[in-house]
Amino acid sequence: MSFGNVDYYVIGPQELDGLIRILHGMGYTVFGPRVRDDAIVYDEVDSVSQFPVGVRDRQGPGYYRLEKRGDEAVFGYVVGPHSWKKILYPARVRLLTVTRKGEVKPHNTDSPKMAFIGVRGCELAAISVLDKVLLGGPYVDPIYAVRRKNLFIVAVNCTEPGENCFCSSMGTGPEASSGFDIAVTEVLEDGVHYFVARPGSNDGQKFLEQVGARKASEEELVKAASLMERSRTLFRKKFEANGCREALYNNLESPVYAEVAERCLACGNCTLVCPTCFCTTTEEVTPLSGEKAERWRRWDSCFNADFSYIHGGPIRASRLSRYRQWITHKLSTWVDQFGMLGCVGCGRCITWCPVGIDIAEEAAKIRQRAVEAGT
Amino acid sequence: MIAEQKIQLEEGLDTFTFKWCRVVSRRRETPDTYTLKIKPLNGSVNYSPGQFSMLYRYGVGEAPISFSGDSDNGKQVEHTVRAVGGVTRALASAQPGDTVGMRGPFGNGWPLKEAEGRDVVVVAGGIGLAPLRPLIRHFLRKREKIGKLYILYGARSPAELVYKKELQAWKKRLDTQLLITVDKGDEKWRGYIGVVTTLFKYVTLDPENTYAYVCGPEIMMRFTIAELRKQGLSDDRIFISMERNMRCGVGLCGHCQFGPYFVCKDGPVFSYSEVSHLFGRREI
Repeated sequence: MSFGNVDYYVIGPQELDGLIRILHGMGYTVFGPRVRDDAIVYDEVDSVSQFPVGVRDRQGPGYYRLEKRGDEAVFGYVVGPHSWKKILYPARVRLLTVTRKGEVKPHNTDSPKMAFIGVRGCELAAISVLDKVLLGGPYVDPIYAVRRKNLFIVAVNCTEPGENCFCSSMGTGPEASSGFDIAVTEVLEDGVHYFVARPGSNDGQKFLEQVGARKASEEELVKAASLMERSRTLFRKKFEANGCREALYNNLESPVYAEVAERCLACGNCTLVCPTCFCTTTEEVTPLSGEKAERWRRWDSCFNADFSYIHGGPIRASRLSRYRQWITHKLSTWVDQFGMLGCVGCGRCITWCPVGIDIAEEAAKIRQRAVEAGT
Repeated sequence: MIAEQKIQLEEGLDTFTFKWCRVVSRRRETPDTYTLKIKPLNGSVNYSPGQFSMLYRYGVGEAPISFSGDSDNGKQVEHTVRAVGGVTRALASAQPGDTVGMRGPFGNGWPLKEAEGRDVVVVAGGIGLAPLRPLIRHFLRKREKIGKLYILYGARSPAELVYKKELQAWKKRLDTQLLITVDKGDEKWRGYIGVVTTLFKYVTLDPENTYAYVCGPEIMMRFTIAELRKQGLSDDRIFISMERNMRCGVGLCGHCQFGPYFVCKDGPVFSYSEVSHLFGRREI
């Protein structure tokens, strides 16, 4: 059955396994969701049996727990503390090696073949944000560029949004709209378990055919579509993206910031779990032999006092100013810099904030107070 | 948003790879400030006044330092370094013959064409004269292109004045008005005493016809801008050079953000009209 110009296919869990084998055979390293330390993380996978089958996540502000679902769902959860950023834009990477004799070796420029399985709509959006930030400017990040180049993406449409999800408000989900090679909707009903698969590239279509996917029936398509329709009604979290940029610009002195600063620990968890936060710092590493010096780059956070340090002290000394920098960057200045919002609505920063600070709520509060104060 | 052009890097260089340069000379400016003349081992450097480079010392690290010499000579370029941290101390102590790494030039530089046919006022505080020196030399080289040239320079003490020989040469020029002040004089000081803004009482600018170029500590720039506006200059004719923490110099590390701007690639030079809504606000 085709819809528009696209042929839809149906595969079962075995064919999904087959797809992983095909990708391995083609030389891809395959990454997917797994359970580790009571959380769903992204790591190398060999088969679907390693996926969090039958697991669901319960999320709230500062709250994350895994539970048994009581079914065999392969993708019956949303996003965990990892994002694909950790693979595309590693947390720690060597930029240079300089030998004492003056030889300069740049980082590795080989382009690995990597496949991601289980990429959500919000995460596809986050990857396209990183594309813009790291590849779209006058200077290209060479490390992201090589890792991004040969990426194969199997996206998953979210049929059950999480408690902190607000992708529907940000226009990034729950459905994967573009930027994937294959997108699947998982259907699990009355003992029937299948994935309606939409190819998004020639490779995607080819691999689907290779694993023996059959064309989807009209009934199966309608079922998948109705699950997505239902999913859209399940969002409890809303975010008003319209006018947010201006509202935050105009209220840099909002009293809300002082209230957040009372709770914020400036721990930087939000920036580490955020799939679009891209700030990094560098460190020089010199072995005792002194024969070489290396420059390493690692993720940094605008919540660190050092982040804005110039001689004399940090520009942003208070927690208030650091939280303000972070939220205005995500929801306001990012638009000036990159023509898009820096937030994709995945809700990770809410879940993994130890004190449960909620970006959507705080932005709404800033706007509400401004209306009340007539500014 | 402006559509951005891709930067073509020299063969063999990527965003994070530097080129080696040999230190040709090292001149002491003040007790903690040195001007290094360096020469790329291969090729030359084409930069415009106001741009900066990331200078590297083996095993110690990188720091953003403005070009401070003559932009006409790309074979040998100058940087003036004040030793305030680990990297700048290592750079400032580099001796002739030593090597330093250089990435760049980065940043936008001062707008120069716009000032042609107009008066120019340069206001510098302390080592803020360094990024302005290539601009002053540029205008002195093409002196006929601009109208009056005022240079107002302030430092904390006579010992902290940089480029002293050159200041004397500029002072002698009849086509340039150089005024120097120090916050606190010493027994030999015969010049003005007071912060740099006190010099504005000795100059009357033609507000319709003057471009201002300002660099120094932010508080100094704030008060200078106030004086320039008092004299009637509009915000889009006042240019400042800003300083922020920079790790990469190319808009990727995020450290130098100032509201919507990356100081390293959108700046470091801004017209005051671009930043007036943020400038001087605490902790932005």
